[in-house]
Amino acid sequence: MFKQAWERLYNGLVKENPTFVLMLGMCPTLAVTTAAMNGLGMGLSTAAVLTMSNLMISALRNVIPQKVRMPAYIVIVATFVTVVQLLMQAYVPSLYDALGIYIPLIVVNCIILGRAEAYASKHPVWPSLFDGLGMGLGFTVALVCIGAVREFLGNGSVFGLTILPDTVDKIAIFTLAPGAFFVLACLTALQNKLKAPSATNTPKAKNRTCAGNCAACPSGCMGCAADAQAQKEGDDR
Amino acid sequence: MTTMLLLLLTTALVNNVVLSQFLGLCPFLGVSKQLKTAAGMGVAVMCVVTLSSAITSLLYNGVLLPLKLQYMNTIVFILVIAALVQLVEMALKRYSRPLYAALGVYLPLITTNCAVLGVALQNVQQENGFLTSVVNGFGTSLGFFVAIVVMAGLREKIANNDVPESFKGMPITLLTAGLMAIAFYGFKFL
Repeated sequence: MFKQAWERLYNGLVKENPTFVLMLGMCPTLAVTTAAMNGLGMGLSTAAVLTMSNLMISALRNVIPQKVRMPAYIVIVATFVTVVQLLMQAYVPSLYDALGIYIPLIVVNCIILGRAEAYASKHPVWPSLFDGLGMGLGFTVALVCIGAVREFLGNGSVFGLTILPDTVDKIAIFTLAPGAFFVLACLTALQNKLKAPSATNTPKAKNRTCAGNCAACPSGCMGCAADAQAQKEGDDR
Repeated sequence: MTTMLLLLLTTALVNNVVLSQFLGLCPFLGVSKQLKTAAGMGVAVMCVVTLSSAITSLLYNGVLLPLKLQYMNTIVFILVIAALVQLVEMALKRYSRPLYAALGVYLPLITTNCAVLGVALQNVQQENGFLTSVVNGFGTSLGFFVAIVVMAGLREKIANNDVPESFKGMPITLLTAGLMAIAFYGFKFL
């Protein structure tokens, strides 16, 4: 059992890291990583929701009818998001204010529905729990890394601790919206250069399960949107 | 009237939904390869966002608020949006085949477009009235339309350019988006 749990954790943290390898959940990745601390808060709250929803969906996998599984999953996820939101509002109000609208938006994070559909709905409770934990921690690590880089370049500090002296000019744009795009662009370019596995440079699996439903798509919105476009282009011809 | 126009301008350009709030990035990056498809996606998003901000605003102010169920808003909104997208798709299929053929592919993708839920939640957070909510929804989706169409135009041009090997595909798209974000940042000083 421990071996399997470790395998799931390793899978989520390294092998199929949701941000660096699968490129899922881009909206929060870019939006909240203005500082390492925000990245950590967002990552941990997503990890909590992901772990709990994986547990619940896996426990109910034989009860939920196949046809209405998507609405059922969404309700389960939205419930846990509301719980996390209320807890954060009560105990970490400053982080709650910093993350703002992106906390309730965890509901539409592709990672969560993607894991529910691709893993939790087909596997027993314990592996699903560790799958959620691994994926959530992988997401957290990625957000903290991106947040730390942006905070260091744009503000000269990491986790609020000043590292660069005031005499050094900082590149303020890295804490603003455009900086997020630049950091991620350089990261994916680096992955392409080093031939590291990533959703942008590995040949995509032929038979996707999404069939136009983005939420049901384990390869996430981008793959799905590309599919839709290919289909559209086919129709045009 | 002036405040409404100002709100429209603010939501569409200054606080652009994609480039400064990072909502709706998936379709923005995924469906912006061609101008035609990008415009289709933009129109579909405009219809759904405007309609959903009207309905969620009515629901919140008419049902959730009087019953003191505000904490249920995330769950209620996401279900309403999912149902609404289904309904719009069915209605289009039944009454307007050409429109369905043009927008049909994009509609299912919109349920998980975080811009839709984002606008609905924003309306609640800012305590917007019905009219303000609808204008906010329309302005935000107009911003999405502008961003995705401009992006598609740029990408069609970039496709013919000599891009460095490791920057091909996603990285150059993200760089373009970053430069667009800088350009839109300029609207802050209007």
